[in-house]
Amino acid sequence: MIILEGINRIFQVGDQQVHALDDIHLTIQPGEYLSLMGPSGSGKSTLLNILGLLDKPTSGRYVLEDREVTSLSDDEQARVRGERIGFVFQFFHLVPRMSAFENVELPLVLAGVPPAQRRERVGKILEQLDLTDRAHHRPDQLSGGQCQRIAIARATIMHPSLLLADEPTGNLDSKSGADVVQVLEQLNAGGITLVVVTHDAEVGKRARRRLRMVDGRIVEDEAG
Amino acid sequence: MRAGDLARFAAASLIRSPGRTFLMLLAMSIGVSAVVVLTGLGEGARRYITGEFASLGTNLVIVIPGRSETTGGAPAIMAGETPRDLTIEDYLALTRNPLVKQAAPVMVGAAGAAYGRLEREITVVGTTSEYMKIRHMAVDRGKFLPPGDPSRAVNVCVIGKKIRQELFGNEQALGEWLRLGDRRFRVIGILGSSGRSLGVDLQELVIIPVASAQALFNSPGLFRILVEARSRDSMPRLQDQIRKTVARRHQGEEDITVVTQDAVLATFDNILRALTFTVGGIGAISLAVAGILIMNIMLVAVSQRVREIGLLKAVGARRGQLTLIFLSEAVMLASLGGVLGLLLGYLGTLAIHGAYPDLDAQAPGWAIAAALGVSSLTGLVFGIMPARRAAAMEAVAALRG
Repeated sequence: MIILEGINRIFQVGDQQVHALDDIHLTIQPGEYLSLMGPSGSGKSTLLNILGLLDKPTSGRYVLEDREVTSLSDDEQARVRGERIGFVFQFFHLVPRMSAFENVELPLVLAGVPPAQRRERVGKILEQLDLTDRAHHRPDQLSGGQCQRIAIARATIMHPSLLLADEPTGNLDSKSGADVVQVLEQLNAGGITLVVVTHDAEVGKRARRRLRMVDGRIVEDEAG
Repeated sequence: MRAGDLARFAAASLIRSPGRTFLMLLAMSIGVSAVVVLTGLGEGARRYITGEFASLGTNLVIVIPGRSETTGGAPAIMAGETPRDLTIEDYLALTRNPLVKQAAPVMVGAAGAAYGRLEREITVVGTTSEYMKIRHMAVDRGKFLPPGDPSRAVNVCVIGKKIRQELFGNEQALGEWLRLGDRRFRVIGILGSSGRSLGVDLQELVIIPVASAQALFNSPGLFRILVEARSRDSMPRLQDQIRKTVARRHQGEEDITVVTQDAVLATFDNILRALTFTVGGIGAISLAVAGILIMNIMLVAVSQRVREIGLLKAVGARRGQLTLIFLSEAVMLASLGGVLGLLLGYLGTLAIHGAYPDLDAQAPGWAIAAALGVSSLTGLVFGIMPARRAAAMEAVAALRG
């Protein structure tokens, strides 16, 4: 379960203060499928980054799986990111000099998982995503849709409980986008909590719970 | 993260960005090899000149007529008084000293040498049979001056190889009569090519008995006396006794200068060591330039890789891990660059040795250590510092690049 209480995020731009998140209160149940929509600059990506521990709130409390994570040290946060949270980015963020296999393997390498076990786990997930024959291609030899599926494989290889996707279809054609959304929904069906930030109303509508943000506040929260 | 994975990760990032790796290695190896080659050159020159001195003979005391001193009254020459000559009698007196192993008088002069219709001006050395042993010379054919009473003039000569070639050509030289000035000398030996001491080319010498030289140059004065001590330890005592012996024979006046080979050697050695440091300094400058190059490449590399660092953070890399990753890369790069630089430097010194066989160019240990130390240190520091800064950024900021 995720609980956000009174989350504020203030950016200092020049001598102006920008209130990216303004007193956010939000509770997300395990296994929920949530979309975050809103105009540019409404704070939806900032919220996602804070959920993913990629950014720190200026004030407020964030409880993830009964643990207050805002006060954790950098290294403890890194451990939580590695083990409990998966991140999917609009621009994939694959390491260009590494093969698809190595990109997916990366979190396991950082966690110190033995090579034999790694090969098995990465092989399995690539097979599930129908990417086995692409395992030894580098990102520049793959299509956008394939890259994003590799990124999803990397995000879920550690079996996180929370999967965060920032405009996962924003850089893809509609067919690849649909494929990616399908993969994400399958993972959600398997029990993972899924939060998707999107501009695309079609994608956003598919979520069971839909949030709408304007000027750093949640203005709509509808389910069903 | 496992050690093997760490090494593989670092190696892969080096191999898969070959341009950057190549530049780094180039900068590093040029810096290291510059130091190795330059200090090797200085060191080689030093060793060459010390070697030249050593070939003049060890434990050598050189007795020179006249007194050189910087204190006291006006020099004798200005007072219209010439110093007394060193004579063969002085030489004989010195050989009676028990500390002396052997000694040779030396007279030097120029004379016209002729054989048949060929003639040239040459340097003539008048000495005794001991000269060969003191100077470590060898006779190619025939024999050296015969031992015997040094005050007896015998008209024989030993000639250098080049003289033989120029005056006799393909003809037999041994046993022939060579004309020196207005006298004739029978050629009894030809000097070997070994030995070339301090600019004096033994191949262009003609050596005759000292008494013959006195007659030829019409002067009783010796150019100097070479004295070889029995042991190194007795040299200061011997110097003192030589001064006293000669003074006694010269009406109590100390009118000679006694120097040791070692004293001359030490002076040269100091000068040449300074030379090595100078070239070493030039090497250090090139190393510094290489260091700055390394620094630049590393800074650019890290700023290119901030996104990668952000991503590694997003998938759970701790700060220590990130530092370790960049440290491993820098260590690999530094050691590879160092080894490559040493290799390059070694090839360079080999090339110098090939071009100038007399110069045994070998970099001293301290220079190699300093070169490796500085290059790896800059590599490490500038590999890690920017990476640490990037690792301290918020992941979201790093991801944006």
